[in-house]
Amino acid sequence: MLFDPQIFFEQLFNPAYLWGALLSISVAVCSLLIATIIGFFLAVGRTSKKVYVSAPSALYVWFFRALPALLVLLIMWNALPQLIPALRADWYSPFIAASIGLGLVEAAFMAEIIRSALNSVDEGQELAARALGMKPASVMLKVVLPQAIRTALPPTGNEFIGLIKYSSLASVISLRELLTTAQIGVNITFRYAEYYTVAIMYYLVIVTIITLIQNRVEKKFLWTSRGVKKTIRPVTMNTRAIASLKMIGITPKGAKA
Amino acid sequence: MSTIALDTAVIPTLQVRDLHKAYHGNEVLKGVEFAVNKGQVKAVLGPSGSGKSTMLRLMALLEPADRGQIVLNGTRIGASDHSGKILHHAEGKLAVQRRDIGMVFQKFNLFPHLTAVENVMIGLTNVQKVPKPEARERAYDMLTKVGLADRDSHFPSELSGGQQQRVAIARALILNPQVMLFDEPTSALDPELVGEVLEVMEDLAAAGMTMIVVTHEVRFARRAADEVTLFDGGVIVEQAAPEEFFENPQHERTKKFLSHVH
Repeated sequence: MLFDPQIFFEQLFNPAYLWGALLSISVAVCSLLIATIIGFFLAVGRTSKKVYVSAPSALYVWFFRALPALLVLLIMWNALPQLIPALRADWYSPFIAASIGLGLVEAAFMAEIIRSALNSVDEGQELAARALGMKPASVMLKVVLPQAIRTALPPTGNEFIGLIKYSSLASVISLRELLTTAQIGVNITFRYAEYYTVAIMYYLVIVTIITLIQNRVEKKFLWTSRGVKKTIRPVTMNTRAIASLKMIGITPKGAKA
Repeated sequence: MSTIALDTAVIPTLQVRDLHKAYHGNEVLKGVEFAVNKGQVKAVLGPSGSGKSTMLRLMALLEPADRGQIVLNGTRIGASDHSGKILHHAEGKLAVQRRDIGMVFQKFNLFPHLTAVENVMIGLTNVQKVPKPEARERAYDMLTKVGLADRDSHFPSELSGGQQQRVAIARALILNPQVMLFDEPTSALDPELVGEVLEVMEDLAAAGMTMIVVTHEVRFARRAADEVTLFDGGVIVEQAAPEEFFENPQHERTKKFLSHVH
């Protein structure tokens, strides 16, 4: 059984894959949004001097960093509806369970990214904003956060790509995302090579588009009036690389202008 | 200088009384008494670590004092006393009080994600709720006053240190503060850029702005200050008019300090 290009191209333009890809992207977007919002409060909470604020934040990060995402998804879909009757209703779909489940796990990682990004903003910035008479919320929103976002962007792009791939775990809770779509096709036809190659193509296209969008967004954070002059591509590092750099005393910056 | 007879009637624009501050048990301010009157320019000299920058931060309400009072135009700000214990105001209330006090930092602390004109505008739009078009116009005028009209759309990273510090001065000035505090405004600058910043500050002094300037610039203290103060070991050692201070210092400590800077 050789690679049959005809089957490959048939499947490449099969709407089921497109739907699967859209589902994967949607789950990743929703869970990243959830993770960023929770992660922001966790990050702010962990830097708090009040123990009753910082301790729960640290506990959350410890707990969800330890659990495999797969286990969290299974709990979200199988265990929680048994405990909470409201979750047996129709609105509680695999999509919602997957988005929340992955969002909760990802929040623990986003918290660390956001925390180090907030830390990377020079303390003189907050001082200057306060000296102008800005209220604490304005100091955060207008001065500290825009600068922290610049640092957080590259690792967040990595996490987003990770989430696209993690969304395939949602197959265990019967979400027909991209990889599940391929697997279902394979189970019927046994054309492994063709169907998996189609999945590869889709993942490549998705990640390429994400990378392009990320580059565009990062350019907005170059803060130079001469537009896009000599653009040095920011080095994209994953969280582990950043953590190891931090251990030797280097705080990596997201982008270099 | 106002006459001595009048002094009792004049309420200082900004005054500190018996100011104390310690970091990790290390006492930086040991009961400082200091005041600046309306239109007066006070230069504060002293070796690093003498507490002069700390006094400025406390005056700007950026850090709480351990003991003592900060008084703006006769009204105590930053804290109140409750049965002998100092009670600091909440950050929201402090933010409102800070609007009357302008602060310029050694390292400029411009907001790198905003252009020069946006840096100057932000106090108007965010703090005084001035509509954006009007704020931009006024910020542009202020940049013109510090000689940077042609740099309005540049980001801080595209400006020289001297230009950045002039933007920082404009940013503080636009809120029309009652007093301007300068924390070693030229110490982070290359020598050839010091002049342009001092020039702006001298213009400001000539225009009648009330100023406290912590500096190492003896030249500025001589030319623009009404009074020069020497800080050492968390207390004020000597305070006198510039001619007196530099030509005829009374204290041994001042003589020693001046022999090092001259």
